[in-house]
Amino acid sequence: MRPSPEPSSTAELLRVEDLTKVFNIRHGFSTKQFHAVDGADFSLQADTPEILTIAGESGSGKTTLARMILGMEQLTTGVLRYKGRDVASLTRKEKRSWFFGQVQPVFQDPFATFSPLKRIDHYLYETVSNYKMADKAGADAYIDNVLNEVGLSLKEIKGRYPNELSGGQAQRVSVARALITRPSLIIADEPVSMLDASLRMSIVNMFRALKEKQKVSILYITHDLATAYYASDRIAVMLRGWIVEMGPVERVLGSPMHPYTQNLKQSIPSADPARVWTQKIDLADMDGEKYSHTGCKFAGRCPAVMDICRKKTPPNVMHEGRMVKCFLYDKSVQST
Amino acid sequence: MSNILEAKDLKAYYMTQAFGVRRTVKAVDNISLQVRQGEAFGIAGESGCGKSTLLKVLLGAHEPPLTVVDGTVKYRFDDMEEIDPLALDERGRREIRWKKVSYIPQGSMHVLNPVRRIRESFHDFVRTHKKVSQAESWDMARNYLRDLGLSEEVLNSYPHQLSGGMRQRVTIALATILWPKLIFADEPTTALDVVVQRGVIQLLKDIRQKEGSTLVLITHDIGVHANLADRIAILYAGKVVEEGDTKEVLKNPRHPYTQHLINSLPRLDERSERVSIPGRPPALDNPPNGCRFHPRCPVALDKCRTIDPETITLEPGHRVACHVVAEEVSHAPVA
Repeated sequence: MRPSPEPSSTAELLRVEDLTKVFNIRHGFSTKQFHAVDGADFSLQADTPEILTIAGESGSGKTTLARMILGMEQLTTGVLRYKGRDVASLTRKEKRSWFFGQVQPVFQDPFATFSPLKRIDHYLYETVSNYKMADKAGADAYIDNVLNEVGLSLKEIKGRYPNELSGGQAQRVSVARALITRPSLIIADEPVSMLDASLRMSIVNMFRALKEKQKVSILYITHDLATAYYASDRIAVMLRGWIVEMGPVERVLGSPMHPYTQNLKQSIPSADPARVWTQKIDLADMDGEKYSHTGCKFAGRCPAVMDICRKKTPPNVMHEGRMVKCFLYDKSVQST
Repeated sequence: MSNILEAKDLKAYYMTQAFGVRRTVKAVDNISLQVRQGEAFGIAGESGCGKSTLLKVLLGAHEPPLTVVDGTVKYRFDDMEEIDPLALDERGRREIRWKKVSYIPQGSMHVLNPVRRIRESFHDFVRTHKKVSQAESWDMARNYLRDLGLSEEVLNSYPHQLSGGMRQRVTIALATILWPKLIFADEPTTALDVVVQRGVIQLLKDIRQKEGSTLVLITHDIGVHANLADRIAILYAGKVVEEGDTKEVLKNPRHPYTQHLINSLPRLDERSERVSIPGRPPALDNPPNGCRFHPRCPVALDKCRTIDPETITLEPGHRVACHVVAEEVSHAPVA
């Protein structure tokens, strides 16, 4: 087995401390700063595996956050700890042998994940040998075992090319590949948005089963709040780099507090004819809004906007069992 | 109310021949539809079930290898005689396109010319169909955008300066500025965020209300259909399996496929276990015999494996193609 420098003291699986990513965008001679992720702060516990959803519209920084946790993006500021160890301080060798084995990605489009010219089982055998999970003789049995966990078998996919599989099957193989290193955290970036409604639930159900049986924590990144509600334990709603609301999914989506989360929830089209929209929403202010203005980033679209929202950055307030980044729930503002 | 669009026994196959191997993909197989004047008609189904192919044929925009094997399509506008889009030549098609019949393409964020300002795109577009000066066409565009509640500033922008949702709405405005009677929309909200999606749905609703135009909407998202479509047809493997009032079909689905499709949707008010349909949609070059859903159907009978089910009418307007439902109905006491 590979050496695993397990930490001794802490029970935290992942600790994200004030993580920020700034992209510098050049416009001729001037440079603009763009905060893709701005002060993200949360943690996952090691002893209780959970599914944490990161939700938000496109451009909200979901994927940048995921790429930072995966080590694919440099951190501008902040600390990322995995099992108590600072990821930035790991040597390249430690990263390869330990960290990348612990944290595994699943991407959006399974057909873009796998090369169309390679047989799909090639990726599974390659990962087994890279991480020395089994010897040559045992590889077949090991891979078959992993595939069983995602509802497939080696017989079904051996020797097949990605285009011979359905989207749901290919995505399952993609998850199986991630499971080969026996990770403690899977980061799934929009894993179901390319799939049909009837296949979506099978993938989401599989994530629930993996959490229960294999004790894997999953960071589920999506803009689909309905599957997020169905699958996850906690949810963090992102808006332009900020986490504006975070807490247990029943609370956050059951009775959203932040005006942005409320807006999101109302915008999900329901298939129930008794719940179709009767009211119109105002969309006039959505475009032409500047990304880097002072104050709250939602102020331009917020129905409950106050003067202070345009001047100051709202604080993170604990309110009814969740974190909200909004002046509405800040007692010091309410009293004045 | 009269039908603005009628399709009868439509069969459209992709026929290819490579290295002497013939392949026929039956993407649209015996589909009949009637779309009434002024309604929003939804077509739902998973990817690969023939939605977009059906739309191409209804538009008369099919090109080889897609061939219409059988069946007819007719448009009937109030002031004109019947038009058969399948028989039109290029000139005739240009006559009616955008003025009478319009099309909002899939992924329409990418259809705008990236090196021309939006107002120039509007001018190019309007001038092809009407003799107008540049100032007139810009006036038209400005007024129309104001009517739709969009900012006039977008006219001076290039497409890359706009967000995806804005580009989508500009494309919809472009496709409808000549007040077409019949609008086809292929997945108009896919790849948009929920808030923006709601804006686009609202825009399509507004356009329909203002001009009383007819909308044929294709999307796999049942939630969008519930909010926009008056009637809905569920497609499976190139066939219509169920058709009816959107409310009725969603509340009381009869075909096992429709039932599964609706039950598998996650909802925001309960977290009970949802199961998805086992298996996958069939490949259309070699579809199963009999009912095409029978390999995945939990209640399949023996005859489902061999005999293609007829479409039966349950109540006025609610049609289903399923042996199991047909048996239930024939055994039920006549009311």
